[in-house]
Amino acid sequence: MNIRVLKPGVLTTLQDSGRNGYQHYGVPVSGAMDLFSHRVANILVGNPGDEATLEITLQGPRLEFDQDTVIAICGGDLSPTIGGAEVPEGKAVRVRAGSVLDFGACRAGCRAYLAARGGFDVPQVMGSRSTYETAQLGGMHGRALKKDDRLRIGESTGDIYPDLDAKLARSRRAFAFPKWAVNQHIEKLGRTPQVVRIIPGRHWEAFPAKARDALTETEFRIAPDSNRMGFRLDGAAIEPEKPLEILSEAVTFGTIQVPPGGKPIVLMADRQTVGGYPKIAEVASVDLHLLAQLKPGDRLRFELVSLAQAQALWLAREQEIMTIREAIEKHLSE
Amino acid sequence: MLPNPRLIPMGDRALVIEFGDRLDPELSARIAAAAQHLRASPPPGVLDIVPAYTTLALHYDPAIIGAGDTPYEALIEQIEAWLHAQADVQLPPGRLVEIPVCYGGGLGEDLEEVARQHGLTPEEVATIHASTDYRVYMLGFVPGFAYLGNLDSRIATPRRDTPRPHVPVGSVAIGGDQTGVYPLETPGGWHLVGRTPVRMFTPEAEPPCLLGAGDTVRFVPISRAEFDALSGSRA
Repeated sequence: MNIRVLKPGVLTTLQDSGRNGYQHYGVPVSGAMDLFSHRVANILVGNPGDEATLEITLQGPRLEFDQDTVIAICGGDLSPTIGGAEVPEGKAVRVRAGSVLDFGACRAGCRAYLAARGGFDVPQVMGSRSTYETAQLGGMHGRALKKDDRLRIGESTGDIYPDLDAKLARSRRAFAFPKWAVNQHIEKLGRTPQVVRIIPGRHWEAFPAKARDALTETEFRIAPDSNRMGFRLDGAAIEPEKPLEILSEAVTFGTIQVPPGGKPIVLMADRQTVGGYPKIAEVASVDLHLLAQLKPGDRLRFELVSLAQAQALWLAREQEIMTIREAIEKHLSE
Repeated sequence: MLPNPRLIPMGDRALVIEFGDRLDPELSARIAAAAQHLRASPPPGVLDIVPAYTTLALHYDPAIIGAGDTPYEALIEQIEAWLHAQADVQLPPGRLVEIPVCYGGGLGEDLEEVARQHGLTPEEVATIHASTDYRVYMLGFVPGFAYLGNLDSRIATPRRDTPRPHVPVGSVAIGGDQTGVYPLETPGGWHLVGRTPVRMFTPEAEPPCLLGAGDTVRFVPISRAEFDALSGSRA
């Protein structure tokens, strides 16, 4: 069972939740930028584990299915269509063999995640299927999709949406979907400026009040030279009292570091494992998926929360994902 | 006697254990040992254990740690107890890893330039470079790139004004008072003094990297013929 790539899109890569356990070797975690959408897409198609999904950036691919396939698209709204008909996001969709899935204008966010029932059959490298292009690791031969690639879909047991199967059989359309959808925060993607909560970082105190206020009270824009490694922020300069001498140490997803010059960088999925710039703040994990959906030129502002608040919010998010999983399992067993 | 380590949050899913604030081989040995011990039986929910010059970072999943006032509080309680028990543990000697290097010529394009800057001959630079044992403080930048300390000050050389867009795999280089081996073809601003035929990073191997924090590296000069033979046998 295959998906044929008729057109690759600007940057379409396979990503899972990332390559954990190898950072001490300098191997970046990589993985989906918007892990929330990635996980919900997997849950929607009934994949039990952390299968890779396609991370589709800004301008999506054109994909042909050679067999009936259950997919789900979550995250940014990149106008997915089949035969000109809009394919809904946040739902399981059964696609008929021979259909061609297309993407169009970017209407909200900038990254969509496409999960397929059974996952994508590419080898695990260091325990993960995530693509890390710099070292040509994981995913589809360590690179983004190219024209004429064939994505093999993995084995899955049982038909989890038999009613969709019947619905598609009765219909003349190319795809079928249920009435229900999951809440995947699509309404939050449109906020301008986007609000991203942060926790004081390791070197917060080393920055003068003026710099800290500039971070929390002024707006920033995602700079054009932003990518999966990091987002550079245009806005007020964030400068320390005096240059800080810092020995390199670990960084993480959402670390806001400030290089000389005062233009902050938020470290994202393909970040290096260590860094030597002062860390003024860390993005609260609960908001990383909203940050990941911003594109160059988008506006954002930061809001300070405590570590305890951030962890409580994160545990609530984990609970929300658990609830989505349970609701779908319950629905399927009925 | 080293001061007690300090625990500091790094966001809501990681923390940093700060063992000191200065580059120091003894400190580094203690961090490497702590990393090894912790990796042998990591607390549930700890995903990554990342040593650096003066710190050890733990990346964790708060949902697995759960319990306690906050996941952070629950984890630091465990880590503090563990650090306390660690205080008297004997430091294991690190591994010694020999890395063959063919110095100069087409494989070390900048060797002559480095020699010229220091008023040395290329052979002298190579001899000095190969006669020091280097400590691996940490890995980073790209997979398998080891930050090596204690470069001889006689051959310390400021980085090139213009970085090369493509540094060949296996290049042995000097940047400021550091030296290292490029495990992948990447851009780089260090001076290339030689090349090793040994692979620093093999993604499909376990472990995937030749070096780990706490190891000691010794460069062993080889001839061009030996380099070619070793490169050939690797393929």
